[in-house]
Amino acid sequence: MNGIPLSHILFLSTALFFIGTYGLFTRRNTITMLMSIELILNSVNINFVAFNKYLYPDKLEGVFFTLFIITIAAAEAAVAIAIIINLYRSHHSIDVEDTGEMKY
Amino acid sequence: MSASAIVFYCLAAFILGTGLLAVTTGKIFRSAIWLLFSLTGIAGLYFWLQMEFIAAVQIIVYVGGIVVLIIFSLFLTQASGKEMLRPAPGRVVFSALAVVAGFALTFLLIHQHIFLPVAKPALEASVSNIGLQMLSTTEHGYLLPFELASMLLLAAMIGCIVIAIKIKPAGK
Amino acid sequence: MSNYSYTAWILLLPLASFVILGLFGRRYIRTASGIIGTLAMLASTILSFYAAYSYFSSGSAIGSAVLSTAHPAILTGPAAFSATHGAYQSITALHYVWLPFSTGMSIDMGVILDPISVMMIVIVSFVSLMVHIFSLGYMKGEPRFGTYYAFLSLFTFSMLGLVVSGNIFQTYMFWEGVGVSSYLLIGFYFDKPSAVAAAKKAFIVTRFADLGFLVGILILSFYAGTLDFSTLIARLLPGSPYFAHITTASFLGISVLTWGLTLVFIGGAGKSAMFPLHIWLPDAMEGPTPVSALIHAATMVVAGVYLVARLFPLFALSDPGALQVVTWTGAFSALLAAVIACTQTDIKRVLAFSTMSQIGYMMFALGVSGYGGESGLGYMASMFHLFTHAFFKSLLFLGAGAIIHLVHSNEISDMGGLRKLMPVTHVCFLIACLAIAGIPPFSGFFSKEEILTAAWHSNKGVYTIGLLVSGLTAFYMFRLYFSIFWKKPVPSTAAHTTSSSPTGHGAPTSDHAAHGEGTLTMKVPLIILAACTVLAGFVPFSKWVTSDGAPLATHIDIVFSIAPVMLALIGIGVAAALYQKESGRPEKIAGVFGGFYRAAYRKFYIDELYLFVTKKIIFNGIGRPAAWIDKNIVDGLMNGVASVTAKISAAIKGFQSGKIQNYTLYFFAGIAGLAVLFIYLWK
Repeated sequence: MNGIPLSHILFLSTALFFIGTYGLFTRRNTITMLMSIELILNSVNINFVAFNKYLYPDKLEGVFFTLFIITIAAAEAAVAIAIIINLYRSHHSIDVEDTGEMKY
Repeated sequence: MSASAIVFYCLAAFILGTGLLAVTTGKIFRSAIWLLFSLTGIAGLYFWLQMEFIAAVQIIVYVGGIVVLIIFSLFLTQASGKEMLRPAPGRVVFSALAVVAGFALTFLLIHQHIFLPVAKPALEASVSNIGLQMLSTTEHGYLLPFELASMLLLAAMIGCIVIAIKIKPAGK
Repeated sequence: MSNYSYTAWILLLPLASFVILGLFGRRYIRTASGIIGTLAMLASTILSFYAAYSYFSSGSAIGSAVLSTAHPAILTGPAAFSATHGAYQSITALHYVWLPFSTGMSIDMGVILDPISVMMIVIVSFVSLMVHIFSLGYMKGEPRFGTYYAFLSLFTFSMLGLVVSGNIFQTYMFWEGVGVSSYLLIGFYFDKPSAVAAAKKAFIVTRFADLGFLVGILILSFYAGTLDFSTLIARLLPGSPYFAHITTASFLGISVLTWGLTLVFIGGAGKSAMFPLHIWLPDAMEGPTPVSALIHAATMVVAGVYLVARLFPLFALSDPGALQVVTWTGAFSALLAAVIACTQTDIKRVLAFSTMSQIGYMMFALGVSGYGGESGLGYMASMFHLFTHAFFKSLLFLGAGAIIHLVHSNEISDMGGLRKLMPVTHVCFLIACLAIAGIPPFSGFFSKEEILTAAWHSNKGVYTIGLLVSGLTAFYMFRLYFSIFWKKPVPSTAAHTTSSSPTGHGAPTSDHAAHGEGTLTMKVPLIILAACTVLAGFVPFSKWVTSDGAPLATHIDIVFSIAPVMLALIGIGVAAALYQKESGRPEKIAGVFGGFYRAAYRKFYIDELYLFVTKKIIFNGIGRPAAWIDKNIVDGLMNGVASVTAKISAAIKGFQSGKIQNYTLYFFAGIAGLAVLFIYLWK
């Protein structure tokens, strides 16, 4: 297509996915965990678009999926922020280590 | 190496670099800004792939909406400006190893697979095509998910309000 | 052939009596329970007499109508065993296959009538009836009257079931039933610790012997492939393939057949109080005296003799070695018991040892016997002695019960000069003593003479022992008689009038007035049994009960019987000289014997030996380690499992740390694992 084989784009999206995963495991802040989740979702978006462009150029399903994922991600981010704000009100901190009430 | 290849590699490096910085930096506000850059880079990638509509949606919704929302919440929780707490070193090492292992596994699979493109004439991803296709009731239409998505957004909106509302104590 | 199925009622009537009295006797019926029990027993006795009459008099019980063509041939092998010429056959009155293990081996319940079983049902029901009647007077005023009669009925039912069984396992089941009834009755006065201990001892010793019995049953039935008596005997006689099989197999150098028969005999020896399993019988006298009369004199203790008689063809023809064991055990027990009985001062214990001695007679009479015709004289004599012994021994015990009822003590020293106070008892007791001493024309003479004749023809050593024991028997029985009825008591405690309550040494001051000799219900059985003792000797026993069923003609050899009768008279004379009047001679003689006397008085310390072995060796050597293993190893293992589980769970619960990022890590690990599994390993 554009001279770039599909596997390069997939390399990009996979790397982005695992960067987001690393952030999810490591970050102690709930909001930064949310940011890492956004990175993961974006990597999936890249995947869909690339597959649509390279493998199925006559169809548009990849685009639709991407649009829907963006939409849902927005809604999810909003709800997550609301939860974080509620959590902040009770714990006065957004450190995820402080929310250990579900311990044995 | 053609110019578009160079553009792609620069974009890829930009996206990954800023993404990495977003998850490792110490200051939270900077992390949000690095995220912003990363998302913009992804929008650029969409432009490079000639999917202009998606790129526009990305910028409008993700960059202009979600990142702004995140920054608002950072201000609301008075966490900006302070140095963030570092995770335990053991956790860092372990997570890095797990992630690298996962990446290696996945990329191995991808590398071994042969992707065969469908040999059909390309359909341009213009706004009119997307609109006609998505909202058609026949011919691979996605009308129903579209409507459901709107209901989901309504529900999410109401849910956010309910979760985040502050009940005023009586008698005040 | 007439239908004998009514014989089921002989068993079922006592069983019904047990159930009714057991359920209702305590609270609702009370004193009427004695009447109910006695009536049931009366009906059962009438039926057994009728059954005996129709069995022994009907020609159909015999193969051919003519009695005189008796075939006294020595039977060798299964074919000859089923000879039908002029011999009483075994009749199956009832038969139910209860628990089939395989074709041929099953536990059957039924009623078999053959000469010895018919004899036994007559004896058991009749003596039980006498005891029932006697207990109406003896146990009057006892608060647990109904329970007592319930237990008596249970015992009678079990004993009857034992004797009529045609299946060795049915015998074993009723054997245990008899043991249980004995336990219940010995421990009837359960608030007396000595009675409880005696009941336990009886049950445990007999149970231990029954282990041998069970193993013997299993061995014999395994090799014969059946549990039915007649089939088992037929298969294990010499000449059959089963016999060859069982005699070639051996364990520790002794053939398996000998093991089987000896173990069965051990079971019988336990129940019959043969040395060394006799220790329970003297202590069993703690029970009420009518119980001793029924169980420990006439019926249960002869169960061992009955068992050997049942399996007699095997003992006599297949394995004479086991028969030798029987003989010498019987002879030795007879001698030992006679020696100990000479020293005892408790009336019931003297009678208990006397029982042991007489059963020894029965055992060695079986031992010296052969099978078939003239050589089967010992068998006939043993059964005859069983028959007569039932009468005079139960008479002795019931008489002792009447005496104890009057004097309120078991010790001889509390009695004396009672012949004026209780004339009826006196005469009956004297008759019984003469019978047991073997004085003609009482029944004991006839049966003992037959036994000694059989012993003389077979084994002179056993004959000598038998002769010596008969002399000792006369001596100690008349020692007892003279001490109770003749010896004048010490003047300060004289009780010659009927109005004052007797006060002997250690006798409790009774709060009820003197009741003389006892009620009518206590006298009538004594009189009936005395009559039986006199007349039973003239029953033509050898015509009916012999080793092979064919009638045997016997005669009394006057010359031969001079020796035992002379010895008996000498014994009586010595006893009269020592005990008729109060004198210091017995003590002087005891002093002469010194240590031997003391040992005999203490029953040769056999009880102490048993206690030593049990406490020091078995309890300490086996009981304590077993308890330790149970507490520390078995329980420890269980506790260990529990504590290990608790430790593992404590270690695992750290997974639920409440930290979200740990959860995401686990989640990721799971996904990665599943991905690998599905991509690479799923085929």
